[in-house]
Amino acid sequence: MANNTAQLQEKSHPMEDLLRMDRMPHIWCSGCGLGSAVTAFVEGLKKAGVSYDKTAIVSGIGCTGRVAGYLRLDSYHTTHGRAIPFATGLKLANRDLTVVVFSGDGDLFAIGGNHLIHAARRNVDINVICVNNFIYGMTGGQNAPTTPLGAYSSTAPFGNYEMPFNLVGLAAASGASYVARWTTMHARRLTDSIATAANKKGFCFIEIVSPCPTVFARKNKGGTGLDMLKEFQTRAIIDHDADPTTIPLNMDNEIVCGEFVNDDRPTFWENVQAGIKARLEKFANWEEMQSNSRKISHKKDRKYTSSRDSSIMRRNT
Amino acid sequence: MRFWEKPFGKEKPKTICGEIHIINDRCKGCSFCIEYCPRNVLEVSKDFNKKGYHPPIVVKPDMCTFCGLCEMICPDFAIFVIEKEDE
Repeated sequence: MANNTAQLQEKSHPMEDLLRMDRMPHIWCSGCGLGSAVTAFVEGLKKAGVSYDKTAIVSGIGCTGRVAGYLRLDSYHTTHGRAIPFATGLKLANRDLTVVVFSGDGDLFAIGGNHLIHAARRNVDINVICVNNFIYGMTGGQNAPTTPLGAYSSTAPFGNYEMPFNLVGLAAASGASYVARWTTMHARRLTDSIATAANKKGFCFIEIVSPCPTVFARKNKGGTGLDMLKEFQTRAIIDHDADPTTIPLNMDNEIVCGEFVNDDRPTFWENVQAGIKARLEKFANWEEMQSNSRKISHKKDRKYTSSRDSSIMRRNT
Repeated sequence: MRFWEKPFGKEKPKTICGEIHIINDRCKGCSFCIEYCPRNVLEVSKDFNKKGYHPPIVVKPDMCTFCGLCEMICPDFAIFVIEKEDE
């Protein structure tokens, strides 16, 4: 043991170059899966070979929203629910950046739900990583749009009566290019998925199912974080061909994981460029057309050579 | 299966070994690493750390095969593995 501590002082954690060590230890509870998600994200970036100087991470508010503050990358900690609009602007202003939105389910789907579906519809070239812990963790366990039917929370003491969102189904139906779902237990597959998304064009959505031992498990007799992770292990199945709209997350059904959608669609910026190009071409043709028509129409009266003169003439007459 | 004769010109295949480092004071005692270590290298320590949690302790250092799963799954960046150099 003494030998171990002696070696410790010489070597530091390999992730310390990407973490803001002055902010450590982080505020996440013991048994929370967010740290695992951050590790998977950093490993995924390393695997993807993306330049760290060209990577920006945008977070909203919440437990997951603090990820941006803990990573030594260009990071934005934005207002509640508005991580995707900030990221869209960032990507369109500086298109060399790899923009990653790392936020929670309450931030991305409750207050920012419209931003997410519209970013997916436009196919903005950003990666969205949503950590789903089924509840509003930081504010004390209120009902979230992802709380399963029948689950208990601070604001649902008799069980939740509302149907939850199926996050992957919503993202896929809105038109995302890449949709995947993993739990924090699938560390390596999640890493691969993040690496794939980092090098992929278009709107990439990855849902990470994470344990919340302090709030969700306590209200629902889920035990510790380790117990929740074991439960995920028994419930999770991997099916890449599953239809994402048919796999909601309930209290006791199987958690279908996998990469469900991997398409290539034109991104928002490509569509903008194509639109402008088409418009310019049309405009060039239009000028030609105009000059041709001018020649034809002014054949009778050759006194006026330019269109400006003709307009003056018209005004005068 | 037991080989009576060593295959000629073949070296003994190397097994990769890892060396586990635990940053005790950063650990929050979730015991993910202990549960998910495929070769049960780690165990819960009886000592407390600065925060009052029980950090893991390496009980079978020779069993580690440098798979790195403990490092991947640790939510507190408190454990890491480096490849052991040949001695």
